[in-house]
Amino acid sequence: MSAHLFQLRDIRFGYDPDHPVLDGVDFALTTGERVALCGANGSGKTTLLHVMVGLLTPSSGSVVAFGRERRCEGDFHEVRAQAGLLFQDSDDQLFCPTVAEDVAFGPLNLGQSRAEARRAADDALAQVGLDGFGHRVTHKLSGGQKRLVALASVLAMRPQVLLLDEPTNGLDRDARARLLGVLASLPQAMVVIAHDDDALAALTRRRVILEAGRLLG
Amino acid sequence: MSSVLPLGITLSPLARLDPRSRVLAAFAFAVGVVWCQSVAALTFACALAAGLAVLARLPPLSTLRRVLAVEGFMLLTLASLPFTMGGEPVFTLLGFAAGGDGLHRAGILLLKSSAVLLATLALLGTLDMPALGHALARLGLPVRFVALFLFTVRYIDVLHREYARLRLAMRARGFRPRASLHCWRSLGHLFGMLLVGSLERSERIDAAMRCRGFDGRFHLLDEHRPGRLDWGFGAVQTASLLLLAVLDVW
Repeated sequence: MSAHLFQLRDIRFGYDPDHPVLDGVDFALTTGERVALCGANGSGKTTLLHVMVGLLTPSSGSVVAFGRERRCEGDFHEVRAQAGLLFQDSDDQLFCPTVAEDVAFGPLNLGQSRAEARRAADDALAQVGLDGFGHRVTHKLSGGQKRLVALASVLAMRPQVLLLDEPTNGLDRDARARLLGVLASLPQAMVVIAHDDDALAALTRRRVILEAGRLLG
Repeated sequence: MSSVLPLGITLSPLARLDPRSRVLAAFAFAVGVVWCQSVAALTFACALAAGLAVLARLPPLSTLRRVLAVEGFMLLTLASLPFTMGGEPVFTLLGFAAGGDGLHRAGILLLKSSAVLLATLALLGTLDMPALGHALARLGLPVRFVALFLFTVRYIDVLHREYARLRLAMRARGFRPRASLHCWRSLGHLFGMLLVGSLERSERIDAAMRCRGFDGRFHLLDEHRPGRLDWGFGAVQTASLLLLAVLDVW
């Protein structure tokens, strides 16, 4: 058994065939590893994370996740439960009227009973330090709280890997410090898009740079 | 959930009802009132609705304003009915005769709309939108419809903020609404941008939902069971509606 959670080989992808965003990317992530993914604006960092969970299909190359090659939408259902993607804009991620419903959305989709889902939601909210926020109305939360709730909604599915797309983007200093504290306390392997955030990069051990469609280690 | 309210605030009796009871009651009341034709029955219905408003602890002033706003919409119809329906002339205005039939019909319309509006405000207006959505889902409304409703509740605010941001950016560059081609074109761009933005956002939301295992089915988290209060309320409501029917026929 390989300790690789993800293994991407020669991934090519382009929104426009003449201008490939990813042009032969190789990437591997092992259990418990934390990697900072850097690169300029538009270099394809978000695209790479979306390819990893099958939201985008590469034109060539292979994605091996959790020991199996993943090709079609059906293959990726399991991957998405194991690899939680935190979106850049929390308003994209939080769509339920109340916090509890949003955090329990994933567990309910995984087939858990209401009681189990509620417990998973409570646990995840406690993990990000938002105990008792369940009844709050999602769109009335502050930006920092929204980000933490979005993180809780990912954690509630008990993933092995967290894929974080600029998690501190748009947060003030206090909210950032709080989020960094929560992230440091989590046991999961992580791929963090750290634009130019040194504190965020400090969470990780390895740093890779996406440049001209290729990943430089 | 009384546990989440700050201390010192007690729930109105209506707020303790299961949201489903309130939706059903509002629906039954509206159907009953629309079906009634006699002034006596409709006056009784208005009294019932006022009773509900008191039970729901609706703020009197703003409620009155809302009711008047809706009556205002109907003003033209109400004012023209007496002059167009014919019947025994009751009075004349500027040489036009106001007929008794029309006057009667206008009165009935006024009573009906007031009763339904007041009862709806009391029963549903005090319900928060998510609770209303869930009540509709549990009453068997198609899940897609309920999801659409809940999405609207959730994203109308996000959309409004996007609109406000774009509008601000336009003003920052000296845009002032005028009746000019440039102005109309700019506003067109603004709404076009909002539309494109919403479409893209909906795609991102869909992606985020798929990331959390969404497969087209919505599961509801909370579970309510109608209690004694609900059955009691239902019984009183049914009796009132029966009384309404008897009054109407009689």
